[in-house]
Amino acid sequence: MKEFTEKVLQKAKDLGASYADVRIVRTKNEAVNVKNGKVDALVGSDDYGFGVRVIVDGAWGFSSSFVVSPEEGEHVAAEAVRIARASARVKKSDVKLAPVEAAEGKFKSDWKIDPFEVPLEDKINLLLEADKIVREQPEVKISEGSMDFYRIDSTFASTEGSYIEQTKIESGAGITATAIEAGEMQRRSYPGSFGGDYASQGYEFAEGWDLVAHAEETAKSAADLLKAPQCPSDRRDLILEGSMLALQVHESCGHPIELDRVFGTEASFAGTSFLTPEKLNNFRYGSDEVNIVADATAPGGLGTFAYDDEGVPAQCVDIVKEGIFSGYLSSRETAAQMGWDASGGAMRADGWSRIPIIRMTNINLKPGDWTLDEIIKDTKKGIYAEMVQSWSIDDKRLNFQFGTEVAYEIIDGSLGRMLKNPTYTGITYEFWGSCDAVAGKDEWHLWGVPNCGKGEPGQTAHVGHGVAPSRFKNVRIGVMESPSGGSEGEDNE
Amino acid sequence: MSNKNFELLGRERLQEVAKKALGFSTADQTEVSIGIGQSSLTRFAGSIIHQNVAERNASIAVRAIIGKKIGYATGNSITDDAVRETVERAVIFAKNQHDNPDFKSLHGPKPIPQAPQTFFDSTVEFSPEDRAAAVQKIVDVASKVNAEASGSFSMGYGEHAIASSLGVNAYNAGTDSHLSMVVTADTGFGYSNKQNRDVMKINVEEAANEAARTADKSRNPVSIEPGEYDVVLTPYCVADIMSFLSWLGFSALAVQEGRSFMAGKLGEKVCGENITIWDDGFDPRGNISSFDGEGLPKQKVDLIVNGVANAVVYDSYTAGKEGKESTGHSIGGTGTHGPYASNMFLAPGDKTIEEMIASTERGIFVTRFNYTNVVHPLLVIFTGMTRDGTFLIENGKITKPVKNLRFTENILKVLSNVEMIGKDLSLQGRATVPAIKAKNFRFTGITEF
Repeated sequence: MKEFTEKVLQKAKDLGASYADVRIVRTKNEAVNVKNGKVDALVGSDDYGFGVRVIVDGAWGFSSSFVVSPEEGEHVAAEAVRIARASARVKKSDVKLAPVEAAEGKFKSDWKIDPFEVPLEDKINLLLEADKIVREQPEVKISEGSMDFYRIDSTFASTEGSYIEQTKIESGAGITATAIEAGEMQRRSYPGSFGGDYASQGYEFAEGWDLVAHAEETAKSAADLLKAPQCPSDRRDLILEGSMLALQVHESCGHPIELDRVFGTEASFAGTSFLTPEKLNNFRYGSDEVNIVADATAPGGLGTFAYDDEGVPAQCVDIVKEGIFSGYLSSRETAAQMGWDASGGAMRADGWSRIPIIRMTNINLKPGDWTLDEIIKDTKKGIYAEMVQSWSIDDKRLNFQFGTEVAYEIIDGSLGRMLKNPTYTGITYEFWGSCDAVAGKDEWHLWGVPNCGKGEPGQTAHVGHGVAPSRFKNVRIGVMESPSGGSEGEDNE
Repeated sequence: MSNKNFELLGRERLQEVAKKALGFSTADQTEVSIGIGQSSLTRFAGSIIHQNVAERNASIAVRAIIGKKIGYATGNSITDDAVRETVERAVIFAKNQHDNPDFKSLHGPKPIPQAPQTFFDSTVEFSPEDRAAAVQKIVDVASKVNAEASGSFSMGYGEHAIASSLGVNAYNAGTDSHLSMVVTADTGFGYSNKQNRDVMKINVEEAANEAARTADKSRNPVSIEPGEYDVVLTPYCVADIMSFLSWLGFSALAVQEGRSFMAGKLGEKVCGENITIWDDGFDPRGNISSFDGEGLPKQKVDLIVNGVANAVVYDSYTAGKEGKESTGHSIGGTGTHGPYASNMFLAPGDKTIEEMIASTERGIFVTRFNYTNVVHPLLVIFTGMTRDGTFLIENGKITKPVKNLRFTENILKVLSNVEMIGKDLSLQGRATVPAIKAKNFRFTGITEF
């Protein structure tokens, strides 16, 4: 492979590239989906190719191909150079990269059981067993279960002398029960919604959630929700369960700290960010309880790696320290734009055919010193909301609105009746500013989000969010419900 | 210098690869879908080109059926060895499967009518240098109003063949191009989005002017109270609404599972009488596609007629369950997600956007929705933000730009409250739609810009 990468890089240099890198990536995926007692899909996929990124005349070019051969390598390198020259026709200044030390080595993520070695029959049987239990609940009309496994082998080589080989295995699993009756439809999931939970671990992770043992309560909860009262429209204290809080971190912290968004390069598509550079180290993002890091070194995280796709070593970067906004996710180019001497190492590409862009690593809310039980006991009038139902946020990441699968009313420190269709809304820094309790290490979990979309052409990233249940004071809830007798105009953010 | 540095195989050779794949299979029935193509995209922001990429790729997807067991495998190499390996993998997966009692059989071939032209040499020939020149034009337009442009200009060409052991043998070659941009004028934003299979039909200057005009007009927005307002929604917003209707309601699978708002409502009124929605892959005003992911011809399906729920779209699996014929709306693959209406039309009316604004006493003009998502699928409640040009209408005139608003609203209620429909249709993604004016649209929040 080294012969191939050397040839490609040499060709790019010969044609005038001041910098070039090449990535060869093979992604294998195996997915098992069951639905209503049947194996709905059994899929094996294999994707292989290479991409060449160059700087010529101070501008970027990239080209890629599914044919990995020396001739195609030279051809693609030449095309990347030509594209860079076209880019240079519309530029204001030359691209500059923060320096990085050349690195060589082979790295592997940690796994105990290779999921691709586990017989398909075992995976199918486990999911069908959980599915059978879910379907015993008569109100459940759609029962679904899934397992998803990835193996990603990548090689990175650059004209600065790096040659890095990485292998990563990822696993995910989950079940969902959808109850439908008399014009109402309610869904419950385990361990999280939209495919459950994911990690850079082996089959032991998928098995470890024990889907079968949780099937009955998941189904019953969906059925119970059909009869539950609507979440009221009000302002109350809000306690978020881990998987919901993970998405809250993702949307309202993870995205706005991406420096490419901040510099406007996502402006027409995903949007920009309210966290502009003059706010660094002086803007109050949250309360003193809020401490957030971008940690690409967290064991087992979906956003964990040894080196990013620019050959920058994995790091743990402070993002919010005691409520003060203090760091970004960065690349070599954006680090140079900020005047920093090194990238924070957050450049990742979705396979071989995409260029690396700034992506979340593991954006983790550090644990506090409460327990969930203590938080609930300490809450006079609130709701405890669990698992993602819907999400939406404005293009600077300020006004958000989320829906959860279920909420439970809290009155005078006790968890009470179940509420359906819960929603909550706010402005990012006000919401995090109202955080007054974060549960501790024992209830902290690193959730995996396998479907973070960004970029054009579209890229999907696998990222992580470590969180523990937390409380937010006086949050507007129940936006879906229009209060009788008037509009909600009085109560805007 | 041309952009054409990657030759397609052509009908005969691609179908030959598909035939070879079928020959490798030991399954009872086999279906193979093979594609190959090149795509390129130039991205610009802050009035410079900051990303510029190209990709050539292939895809092979094999559905192998043994009895009632279905295995599925995909790959991206179409060498003989790779094709054989992918077919063998699908067969192994089928052997490891359990029976699917609802599966009847793959379908046989059906004649595919001649579709309007989908392949344009002008798109293939459009080079990186041509794209750079277009971006420079956009940057120049934006700079005239002291604004900056960001966006992407993409194009691609490719071919696709679907064949099965039951005699299906479909082939198409097509091109695509797409120009999308946001112009930023300090606190003002404007948007435009154009797509066409023939890149020469995209008027770059006109697109840039549209975005720049809106950006210039939307500087210094003011806050207004959320609440119910009459709204004028551009085709950008209407296409967003249509994609939710399609995803949530127009699929036979969603109806069969009881999760569609169309379930149990066929023949009943679900929205205003002035709303008629259909799907037609052959209408040249839309996103032409003549056959679906199973190689079956796309049929025109009248989804909502004068406000009455009329029909949904089928693939062969959902059709088989009801003893019907597929309407040609499979998205291919495992079929897990069911069929999908992806060539939708909303019947135009006879109004211009100017007439809609002139008829509005107090309302909001919305250029574009941002990050819309479903709050309750069965009740068809969705939420999202406005972006890139939101304006207050007072006494028949746009009077001032307003800060972006959040809405939380029932889509069928919106479509029951449509007072005017635009006469011009615009192709936006998978829907070809006019602008609409609707009364009492519910805004539930506001943001800071």
